Amino acid sequence: MHRRINLSAIVAVFVIIFLYLPITAVVGLSFNKSSNSLIWKGFGLDWYKTIWSNEPIMSSFQRTIFVAVLTTVLSLIIGTTISIGLNKMKAGGFLRTFSTAPAIVPDLVLAIGLLTTFSTISMSLSLTTVIISHTVFCTAFVVAVVLARIGLIDPAIEEASTDLGASAVKTLFKITIPQLMPSLIAGAVLSFTLSMDEFVIAFFTNGPETPTLPMVIYSMIRFGVTPEINVLGTLLLVISFVGVILAQRIGKVADSI
Amino acid sequence: MSENLLEIRNLSKNFGSVAALNNISLDIKTNEMFALLGPSGCGKTTLLRIIAGFEYPDSGQVFMNQSDLLSIPTRTRPVNLMFQSYALFPHMDVFSNISYGLTNTSLSKEEISNQTFEIIEKIGLQDHVKKKPNQLSGGQQQRVALARAIARKPKILLLDEPLSALDKKIRQEMQIELKRIQHEFGITFIIVTHDQDEAISLANRIAVFDKGEIKQISTPQELYENPTNEFVANFIGDGNLLKATSTTTGFKHPALGEITVSHNYESGKQISLLIRPENISIVKVLDGSGEIVDSVFAGYRKNINIKLKNNEIVRVYADKSASLEIGDQVNLSFRPQDIRVF
Repeated sequence: MHRRINLSAIVAVFVIIFLYLPITAVVGLSFNKSSNSLIWKGFGLDWYKTIWSNEPIMSSFQRTIFVAVLTTVLSLIIGTTISIGLNKMKAGGFLRTFSTAPAIVPDLVLAIGLLTTFSTISMSLSLTTVIISHTVFCTAFVVAVVLARIGLIDPAIEEASTDLGASAVKTLFKITIPQLMPSLIAGAVLSFTLSMDEFVIAFFTNGPETPTLPMVIYSMIRFGVTPEINVLGTLLLVISFVGVILAQRIGKVADSI
Repeated sequence: MSENLLEIRNLSKNFGSVAALNNISLDIKTNEMFALLGPSGCGKTTLLRIIAGFEYPDSGQVFMNQSDLLSIPTRTRPVNLMFQSYALFPHMDVFSNISYGLTNTSLSKEEISNQTFEIIEKIGLQDHVKKKPNQLSGGQQQRVALARAIARKPKILLLDEPLSALDKKIRQEMQIELKRIQHEFGITFIIVTHDQDEAISLANRIAVFDKGEIKQISTPQELYENPTNEFVANFIGDGNLLKATSTTTGFKHPALGEITVSHNYESGKQISLLIRPENISIVKVLDGSGEIVDSVFAGYRKNINIKLKNNEIVRVYADKSASLEIGDQVNLSFRPQDIRVF
């Protein structure tokens, strides 16, 4: 019996190494002094310093954050509205699946569909089209998360609010939304991180003058993996991790309320 | 007629093909403790939700002080509901829960605070003002729900199964408390319950519901002593309903034989006789009309089940010291005036 447990523990360790080795490599090599990322020439923060003066990278970074923030806000508003509506009309499985489907539609299919739509309505490609496109699939994730929570709220709580004289708007903001807070935070973090590192859809729906960070990284990779790419990878990783940890913290606080 | 606070006239409501309420009419008086009693699915909750404003009837009218109640929006009806699940706002403390209804009025912050603290004091929640609902016991949560529902000083307080979630000891405490508060605040209470003990112990009058219809409206005592139909006889209290045939002088029961009463009945009809357990006395004999099949000690008395010769079971209360054992043969006796006929 002991042997079997040990064996599975060993397998687990290997799986974890396999999962985290690439990430460790990116983070480790970002501190390489060498200009060729595959040759180690000692530890240093050189590339972290130079990256700030790299104008194309920094402006694409700003664009990416801008897109991610707007996508998050729009997805939250639209996704929460859809969830509340589906819950109120006691929608069945089909409508629920339909509302969350863009989350599982292959990115490529979604990207082609969006591109076709934009060209059909003669909308020129820009950051606006990227934001709209990201909102399409991020909304699906928000709906999935919020719908799971909203079903757990006792419908009598909203009725109690009405019974006590509150308007529908007051009930929404004072009763329903505070109850949904943990799922709204989870939905926001999901939207933000998904939008931030999204490549395929942005590649199809973005204009040529306003590349986002993943697009810039992709174009840089054609000349080999530079240490700057490792630095960018590490920064994206940190932002994602901080987001997830913050969400868990706030989520815990919101849950205990 | 002017003392009627609420007049319900010919109310009907269907959910699909199911009639939740079928032509209900009912008057409720000012300051009354009124209970809507019936098994689950009998329509009592639907009536409660119509009065509260969460459902709208298919036909019929509801008047409060002679004016149409149904045309008043839910938010502004002078009616509040204490939910079965309490439905406290989990993210708000006790003070905010209770003051919530007052924040939807034109009262100033100071007045809201004063009135809220006044209610908190009257309901005995002084030590819990800053607590969240999940930090309170079941009984305390119910007090908060009650305080919140009466904070707007409604003309009618609707209570949905108010005691069902509490354990026995707190139930008795809350029964007394509900009566005290009803008296102190002078609010008409309408209680929905499936529990006859709850209805009998709380209410001045009870409407017994079955399948969307009112079977009888009366005081608890009247319902117990003079039920007007078999459903009420069965639903209220412990009762023995025996199948018998009417004769010109009374009834004939297959095991108990001829029973003579002073009334004249049309002979040969199938009827049901209601006899309450406490109105039956039993005597041990060698060969009786029934046999004791069960005997349960219930504190101050024994609950005894007797199987009659025709296999009907009759329940009887006996003195706790009575020497009656399972298997004993007994004869039953009762006064004709204690029999109710359906």
